[in-house]
Amino acid sequence: MSDPVFIFLYIFVFPGFLFLFAYAFFLAYLDRKIAARMQQRIGPPIFQPLADFIKMLGKEVIDPDGVDRRLFDAIPVIALAAVMTAFLYVPVSGASPFAFSGDLVLVLYLMAFPTLALFLLGWLSRNIFSAIGGIRAVTQLFIYEVPFFLAILTPAIMAGSWSISDIVLWQQHNPWLVFLQPIGFVVALIGLQAKLERTPFDIPEAETEIVAGPWTELTGRRLALMHLATELSLVTGSALIAALFLGGPMLPWVLPAPWMNAAAGFALFLAKTLAILLVLSSITVATGRLRIDQLNDIGWKYIASAALVQAGIVLVINYLWVVP
Amino acid sequence: MPEVVVPIGPHHPALKEPVNFRVIADGEKIVRLELDLSYNHRGIEKAAEQRNFIRVLPLLERVCGICSHSHATAFAKGVEEIMGLEIPPRARYIRTIIAELERMHSHLLWLGVAAHEIGFNTLFMWSWRDREAVQDTLEEMSGNRVHYGMNEIGGVRRDLTPAQIKTALARLPDLEDRIQKYVGMVNSEETMLIRFRGVGKMSREEALKYGAVGPTARASGVDYDVRRDDPYLAYDEIPWKVITDNHGDVYGRTRVRVGELWESTQIVRFCLENIPAGPVRVEAPKNAPEGEILSRYEAPRGELAHYIRTNGTDKVERIDIRSPTLANWTSVAMCLTGQNLADIPVIVAAIDPCLSCTCRMVVVHRRGGRAVPGTAAGESGHDPKSRQDGWRP
Repeated sequence: MSDPVFIFLYIFVFPGFLFLFAYAFFLAYLDRKIAARMQQRIGPPIFQPLADFIKMLGKEVIDPDGVDRRLFDAIPVIALAAVMTAFLYVPVSGASPFAFSGDLVLVLYLMAFPTLALFLLGWLSRNIFSAIGGIRAVTQLFIYEVPFFLAILTPAIMAGSWSISDIVLWQQHNPWLVFLQPIGFVVALIGLQAKLERTPFDIPEAETEIVAGPWTELTGRRLALMHLATELSLVTGSALIAALFLGGPMLPWVLPAPWMNAAAGFALFLAKTLAILLVLSSITVATGRLRIDQLNDIGWKYIASAALVQAGIVLVINYLWVVP
Repeated sequence: MPEVVVPIGPHHPALKEPVNFRVIADGEKIVRLELDLSYNHRGIEKAAEQRNFIRVLPLLERVCGICSHSHATAFAKGVEEIMGLEIPPRARYIRTIIAELERMHSHLLWLGVAAHEIGFNTLFMWSWRDREAVQDTLEEMSGNRVHYGMNEIGGVRRDLTPAQIKTALARLPDLEDRIQKYVGMVNSEETMLIRFRGVGKMSREEALKYGAVGPTARASGVDYDVRRDDPYLAYDEIPWKVITDNHGDVYGRTRVRVGELWESTQIVRFCLENIPAGPVRVEAPKNAPEGEILSRYEAPRGELAHYIRTNGTDKVERIDIRSPTLANWTSVAMCLTGQNLADIPVIVAAIDPCLSCTCRMVVVHRRGGRAVPGTAAGESGHDPKSRQDGWRP
């Protein structure tokens, strides 16, 4: 496990960055394609997200008047780096070699970065649309983050570990947490949708109201990297939920050869993340945008209460030892 | 939070045509709205005075891309009345069919735009796809998708063949199915209810006070429709009803429009099935006698008025077009005050604004040279003080 070549390959090739990028572009394509087919459109060809990324990298970078250029350059990179790091702790074809007790908290922390980056970008842009978008982004963050954290942390309570890989291992011997915590699973999906700022939570970038929100002044590689960070968040987020609620990349039994275990785990990972993507895409297609005050009402009244109820139920179950 | 000015327009993704709102917002609440119209002055009225009646019709069709038939019919109807011409029944029916098909494609387009404004792009894609069926029918009948060119003084330019009537009738059942689906969606789709209900509320009294017309007024319970109250074309021979609603908000306006969509399909069906035989035009004299007339027409967006004055030649002496959007602007400015910033697009879209139709003249102040927008009814343009910052509620 601690072989440096293995670590190097894990970080940079598989299931690290190279795979992450490829899969992120593939999910972005699939997301667009699913939405398009549901809306009776044709949809993009498979390499469209990659082509968009490369094209945007080559475009001119425009600095708005009076903007701190270095900070403006750095923020998308930081957001991207945070999400890429978070992915390393999520099990893909087996337990992550970097797993430690508490990596769940680290992943949640890192995944909050892109939203904060958007807020900062909005604030720095010196543009009224960006500023409003940035304020909306951070307002929305406070609304969904609490239930999302609650929903994500309750599996940890039940499994008795703060490590994602340990929670996955726990599910190998117990029922999947989606059956034990269905409310938490739904709240986590809603939270992820909100985190990724997809409809009905695309309030910060509502194009018909505030152009593109914090994205308005982003051009060229900044825009490309920020888009990439969002696409990577989609992968990391759905992998996280697959690991916490759907048993992750683990079979309930052990296959004869280690490579077969890894291959089966990887296939499970793909199947589960794709299933989550399908749900997220369907929500996007089936809804319109909420208003920030409506989201405030719904978020605190229902979603947060649901998450609290789930946490309460989990505590009671743990106390009674219904599930060993 | 201090008040901020959010500029919406003249170029903005929510706007398909140039208009400028300066929205003064306190956080997410709108405190005040300053409205700037008339970025699209094209001098159509003046150009219409230079051309004879035959050449004016195609010009007036180009006032608006969506309600092109409305403008042409309103003008043709007015001039025919001055000339004392009675157009043949078949021509009246054909004009009615085109008019109602136009209403259908306009309302389907509106439904999509309204859905897009709240980020509900699925309905946008669906309703625009169904609009294609209407456009195909129009193209088969007239040869064009947008500017049909069907009218001439004294009747219509093209007759409908039995084959055209048959294909149009064959398209209707599918369309009726889809429209029934939209009626259901408007009343039950949670994502639309949550964004449409209680937004941009306007009472019946306010609608009358601010002179709202068309679906905007009917959604506030104003039971008024030119097609019924001042019948023209074949509307008094067709069984149909005026759709009104008492909600007075965007939800009500949506309900009125989808209701009208359904009524339009029934009018088209009735006309296609009962179209009288006979000629489609009568010979019109070259010159019109001296006279003046206010020709009213229920365009998809509301009451359209053409004021026409003739002087015994083959040209109009003056034509003044009051498009329905102009009548509805003040109600928008009124509705928006106190609303949420996020509701601007949908409230503005709820009147189905057509800005190019609305722009009639620009008054440029000699001092400072600033262009102050005026409109057909923009007499207030003479008072620089009140117009300086646009309209204020």
